Amino acid sequence: MTTASIAGRATAVAARATDLSKIYGQGETQVVALDRVTVEFRQAEFTAIMGPSGSGKSTLMHCVAGLDTFSSGSVRIGDTELGSLKDKQLTKLRRDKIGFIFQAFNLLPTLTALENITLPMDIAGRKPDKQWVDSVIRMIGLADRLGHRPAQLSGGQQQRVAVARALASRPEIIFGDEPTGNLDSRSGAEVLGFLRNSVREMGQTVVMVTHDPVAAAYADRVVFLADGRIVDEMFQPTADSVLDFMKQFDAKGRTS
Amino acid sequence: MFRTALRNVLAHKARLLMTVLAVMLGVAFVSGTLVFADTLSNAFRNQSAKSYDDVAVAVTSYADSEDPKAEPGVSRKTLDEIAALDGVAAAYGRVAGFAGVADPGGKLIGVGWSNKGSNFAPGKDGKDPAYAFTKGSGPVRDDQVALDVDSAAKGEYQVGDRVRVATNGPVKEYTLSGVFTTEDGAVNAGGSLVLFDTAVAQKQYLAPGYFQDVTVTAAPGASDTKILDAVKPLLPESAEAETGQALADKQAKQIEEGLGSLKQVLLGFAGIALFVGIFLISNTFTMLVAQRTKEIALMRAVGASRRQVTRSVLAEAALVGLVASLVGFALGVALAVGLRSGMAAFDMKIPDGPLILSATPVVAAVAVGVLITMFAAWLPGRRAAKIPPVAAMNSVHAAATTKSLVLRNSVGSAVTALGAAGIVLGASTGGSGGRMYIGAGAFFALIGVIILIPLLSRPVIALVRPLLVGPFGVAGKLAGQNAVRNPRRTGATASALAIGLTLVTGLSVLGVTVGTAIDKMTTDNIKADYMVSMANGGDLDQSALRALEKADGVSAVSPQQNAYFQLAGDDFVSVSAVTPGDITKVLNVDVVAGDIAALAKGQIAVAEKTAKKKGWKPGDSVAVTFSDKKKGALKVGAVYQNSEFLSPVLVDTKVVNAHEAKPSIQQIFVKTDGGQSAAGEKALINALGDNPAMTVMDRQDIRNEFGGAINTLLNIMYGLLAMALIIAVLGVVNTLAMSVFERQQEIGMLRAIGLDRRRVKRMVRLEAVVISVFGALVGIGLGAFLGWAIGKTLADQIPGYTLVLPWDRIGIFLVLAGLVGVLAALWPARNAARLNMLNAIKTE
Repeated sequence: MTTASIAGRATAVAARATDLSKIYGQGETQVVALDRVTVEFRQAEFTAIMGPSGSGKSTLMHCVAGLDTFSSGSVRIGDTELGSLKDKQLTKLRRDKIGFIFQAFNLLPTLTALENITLPMDIAGRKPDKQWVDSVIRMIGLADRLGHRPAQLSGGQQQRVAVARALASRPEIIFGDEPTGNLDSRSGAEVLGFLRNSVREMGQTVVMVTHDPVAAAYADRVVFLADGRIVDEMFQPTADSVLDFMKQFDAKGRTS
Repeated sequence: MFRTALRNVLAHKARLLMTVLAVMLGVAFVSGTLVFADTLSNAFRNQSAKSYDDVAVAVTSYADSEDPKAEPGVSRKTLDEIAALDGVAAAYGRVAGFAGVADPGGKLIGVGWSNKGSNFAPGKDGKDPAYAFTKGSGPVRDDQVALDVDSAAKGEYQVGDRVRVATNGPVKEYTLSGVFTTEDGAVNAGGSLVLFDTAVAQKQYLAPGYFQDVTVTAAPGASDTKILDAVKPLLPESAEAETGQALADKQAKQIEEGLGSLKQVLLGFAGIALFVGIFLISNTFTMLVAQRTKEIALMRAVGASRRQVTRSVLAEAALVGLVASLVGFALGVALAVGLRSGMAAFDMKIPDGPLILSATPVVAAVAVGVLITMFAAWLPGRRAAKIPPVAAMNSVHAAATTKSLVLRNSVGSAVTALGAAGIVLGASTGGSGGRMYIGAGAFFALIGVIILIPLLSRPVIALVRPLLVGPFGVAGKLAGQNAVRNPRRTGATASALAIGLTLVTGLSVLGVTVGTAIDKMTTDNIKADYMVSMANGGDLDQSALRALEKADGVSAVSPQQNAYFQLAGDDFVSVSAVTPGDITKVLNVDVVAGDIAALAKGQIAVAEKTAKKKGWKPGDSVAVTFSDKKKGALKVGAVYQNSEFLSPVLVDTKVVNAHEAKPSIQQIFVKTDGGQSAAGEKALINALGDNPAMTVMDRQDIRNEFGGAINTLLNIMYGLLAMALIIAVLGVVNTLAMSVFERQQEIGMLRAIGLDRRRVKRMVRLEAVVISVFGALVGIGLGAFLGWAIGKTLADQIPGYTLVLPWDRIGIFLVLAGLVGVLAALWPARNAARLNMLNAIKTE
């Protein structure tokens, strides 16, 4: 498997990192979290980023999503270069072009499910596209729960609201940071199913960090990270193929 | 367990900062008051002991100057007899009264009411021990005076200069013979002291050859009590003698009592400040316990008892209280020192003396600080003890206690209703009894509202929510919701502000209502353009009245001259002697029956209430005993409506003056031809001989004179309540800092999905404003209710009483409360905006 693009696939790039490095500390205590990583996330593609703990997978996502600063290299979301942006512009970029799903603390407890879904538009001061929001809500199947507050929803339902929120503003790209990490397998499967559907049916671009091969199997492509470098990638993964790769990789890691 | 407490304190230094500040300020107020009072009372005691140091026996005459048969004081003969007694070194006779000194610009030097004149009483050696001359010597001729050092300096007078001195008569010029220092109380109070030659002073203040006071000094070795025994038989009936020691003790006791009430007032306000602090402390410990749930559960799991958990929280509180108390005490001492120099700067002279640091303030400071902190931490401590050991195993954060507020609300409603009932009952009862009910009711209502405040927070804040969402968008919406998220905490924070504002508003409503009533009364009743009175509030001399009557451009003049008649064999009745004809031109006299012109015929006019009580009608004849005990009969000529500016009986000055040697003229009202004008005022001042001791007030001055005291009082109250308000602000800071800390993840998420820093700040700031304004609204409501109730009990004493809600002031309070919120949010909002999103949203 190489990085060459496969024919028939959309070639437009939603986000791209080039020679991206992130270094913590200086001198003796220096830690290289990302080491000249170059990666592209294509439009309407569901990408999973995998790797062992400390491999830099979360850092990569944070840098590409404009949540964290990087030491060198370049990150582009669409046509925008992130490296030159100030906090204010980055915030605006996240608000208008990016959707987020975190492992937890996705929702504001004081807002109802619907209010949480439309929150990014509220912040931007935009009127939500009602038809679109309705179709998103229909897809996640929470139409009867919109007036509930997060505390009245189960963990799976809360994550589904988070997915809806990420989709509702039609961002150019959605980033998920272990979005199913806190869920049981059934709820997790639902959430992942929604994410995959959004890519297949709505043409959404999704990038997700996970350590779960089953979750990664929902993606179109898996990028493997180790020691701050991209070591491999896999298209049309299955849970088994990912697991095998991880095992191999683990073994390699042990012998090297 | 104590080691745990100590570690916890050190670990949460920043979060305990506001608690420490609150306790510190309260303790500083308490200890500052105590140290200041101790220091002051010591200084005054020393001073009074010093001023009686040489005095063996002091004689005071209480003779009635109106009684022509009695001796007016201690005669020269008696003084000589005393001086000749065995063991007496010298006896000094003294008379005193009002004397004002003009500075070269013609203005009065010193505070009006404590400007004093007395006589220079040289002994055989030509010296008066009461006065130490720094320049020149005592006055010995009738055209000489001596002045105290400070007044001479204020007037820039040198020995030999001509000085204009006013007593209650015309101004006279004297030559300054000397400048002296003295321990005299009038001078220490910021007044001036003028010494005259004895004969001049006697003529001015009493009668030639007589004294009001005699101070006796003892020869070496002579016993004070023996002298006292020898002096007593020599004295006239109306004079009393005491040893200098006894007088010094008596004065010290008076000073103690005077300072005692000042101390109580200050401690009362300190108490309010500390009470407000309780809410802040309690909030802090509640949060500390909530954050430490797992830790406490673990301790319970490994065998700590409930009591040990509570004790550890209390120990932590005690430690915090102790540190805060000690710092607070130091601050209090500084406050006491500052207050003293502050008073000196305001011309209130305080005798020198060392700073007194007795054990009481130290003990009180520490006890108050530690106990208040422990008391406030007691409930959180009990809640900590209820954390079950199993909470340590739960991976999920223990949810905040969402215990139902039902019990709390029912208790709160009952207590509030009880308080409100007491207040309403008091208002309808009226009088001082009514005020008792109101006092008790106010206490219960305040407690009840504090209990109810969490319940109130939701509807009240829901009411203002549209105001937040409209202009501030999503930040406003989130702020409004955050403010009601933890009703208990919001309630406790708002309570602190509510208490302060209840008092501030109550006082304002009362003060403004009474002030307006008085002002209306003044403007309604006074038709005169000017009012002339003595700067010291004493009596005006008849010569002033004559001078004004003759002044240019004056159309009507009437004195308000006090007298007391015994009417119809009854008790003494206060009488206003006035100039018939002119009185109705300078004051409003509403005649109900008869003709007020009858005053000119020597008849009297009687106020309606008195007339009704006695059953007098115009035409009736009333038996009278005048102040010189002569009897007669006066005819009732008219009945008029009661007025605050007139005694219940009016009579022509001629009738009174026939029976009184020294008429007591309180004020003279003057109406001028052209109405009020600078030239008219100047003409009056000139007519009075440019007398610095007399004040000529125009209508505005009169209004200020009567209503001004209330404003001054209100400002003092505002100042004293400021401390409670500062602590309330600290409470808002504290609550916000806690909220921001607890909501890190949320704020991080909001930042991630695109809320910029500016709006994060705005969200926190608006939450602070909402909480502050909520507290202010509750306080203003309760305060206005209390003001209404207390005002109602005063209504029958103030004619024309109508409740005035000072909307302007209330508006200012609300705006200030909003500003308090903005100010309190400065630091927490900055913290929230600077929050590292990635750390915040990281799962543990």
